[in-house]
Amino acid sequence: MRITCPFCGERELGEFTYLGDAKPQRPSADAGEDAVYDYVYLRDNIAGVMSEHWYHGGGCRAWLKVTRNTLTHEISAVEAAAGAGAAKVGA
Amino acid sequence: MKYSIFSLARAALSGHKNWQPTWRDAAPKDRYDVVIIGGGGHGLATAWFLASEFGIRNVAVLEKGWIGSGNAGRNTTIIRSNYGLPGNTGFYELSMKLWERMEQDLNYNAMVSQRGVLNLYHSDAQRDAFARRGNTMRINGIDAELLDQAALRKMLPFLNFENARFPIQGGLLQRRGGTARHDAVVWGYAHAASALGVDIIQNCEVTGFTRDANGRVAGVETSRGEIGAGKVGMAVAGSSSRVAAMAGLRLPIESHVLQAFVSEAIKPLLPNVMTFGAGHFYVSQSDKGGLVFGGDIDGYNSYAQRGNLPVVEDVCEGGMALIPMIGRVRLLRQWGGIMDMSMDGTPIIDKSPVDGLYINAGWCYGGFKATPGSGFVFAHLLARDQSHKEAALFRLDRFQRGAMIDEKGQGAQPNLH
Repeated sequence: MRITCPFCGERELGEFTYLGDAKPQRPSADAGEDAVYDYVYLRDNIAGVMSEHWYHGGGCRAWLKVTRNTLTHEISAVEAAAGAGAAKVGA
Repeated sequence: MKYSIFSLARAALSGHKNWQPTWRDAAPKDRYDVVIIGGGGHGLATAWFLASEFGIRNVAVLEKGWIGSGNAGRNTTIIRSNYGLPGNTGFYELSMKLWERMEQDLNYNAMVSQRGVLNLYHSDAQRDAFARRGNTMRINGIDAELLDQAALRKMLPFLNFENARFPIQGGLLQRRGGTARHDAVVWGYAHAASALGVDIIQNCEVTGFTRDANGRVAGVETSRGEIGAGKVGMAVAGSSSRVAAMAGLRLPIESHVLQAFVSEAIKPLLPNVMTFGAGHFYVSQSDKGGLVFGGDIDGYNSYAQRGNLPVVEDVCEGGMALIPMIGRVRLLRQWGGIMDMSMDGTPIIDKSPVDGLYINAGWCYGGFKATPGSGFVFAHLLARDQSHKEAALFRLDRFQRGAMIDEKGQGAQPNLH
């Protein structure tokens, strides 16, 4: 598996760190315990195409949003994650 | 058929031509009292304990491939009960005790070998943590010995004691730990369960659940037709989220790939199971001679049953740091299995929120050693609708209650457990 970083080009997997599913959104401060439980603990654990967050710690140190198939490891898209500092510099 | 020295002698006299299949490959009936989804070690052990301990013999085990084709046939075969947290300590010792009598119980040679499991420590802080865990084990009646460097030098003179960065100071040894032949564990449970009337049904993939008017699970839809069930238990490891989703459930679980490795066969070298304390590397030597080893999970969600090279490199570096002489041994095979990584690193054995459906999941990459214990407590839950006392803390709602059992203290990040 190699990831094509939008800032650095194609790099080997060892340069990247995985966070996980990009779908869960932090609930608002007054959302209640159930919403926080859902955000912190429950996962769709998708078997198929999944959007996920990776960190390019061995390169530009940007957070990336990677679209990857968990059944085949095929990567179909890589973009800067919303709000990533390096993304603003690169834009 | 009962196996013994006499059956072996009889078979030898007839040129080993009269061996019968050790278990019955069944076709599905219309209905069972209990249907177990997943023909791995845990599912088959559950079926056997249901039949032998709890008197429920109208049981089917459904397997989408062939039995033991998942993680039961892909692990590094280590058995141990060296856990430190309440919940884990007692449960894994229950499992260890069942390993010790398994071969007699099942009348099957599972090659259970109590050759010892040694966790090495490399710093004062790690020694203190290991001493604490060892003490926890001993006050719970589990064997543990803290060895210093001098004792280890006698036992394992080939270790890299003088490693400049991670010198080996000593280790925590559980002599009753060791290895078992993983495929034989699957076949042994299949053999004994089948003899008690359990139907083992292969190439039978569950595609959905049927419900009665009250919403209770009434059976399963499968690739071989609909099968009715009084209760359904799932023990499907890396596929837990996919099966639970068919019942409308989301679980606190992510599926990750773990790789394992075996070297070419060499002469007897490693007398026990050992783990590197400054990285993640564990190794033992199979009776066939190969070094069987592994390390971390790859760290990203995967259902692919294969991993990537950074972990291969990391695992081999761990091995070289610990036992430099294995550097010239060639790697024979390497493979991957899909782990059901829970949010606190601890399993879930509980009723699900859907009536009639029971969950056995979240084994992370420690499921093999738990096989007999998991089968026993899951059978207890299915038979009596009540958790066994050694599994009473493995509840699905513990994340909501803040009652996690986080042995590594990593928090809700499954790829770090």
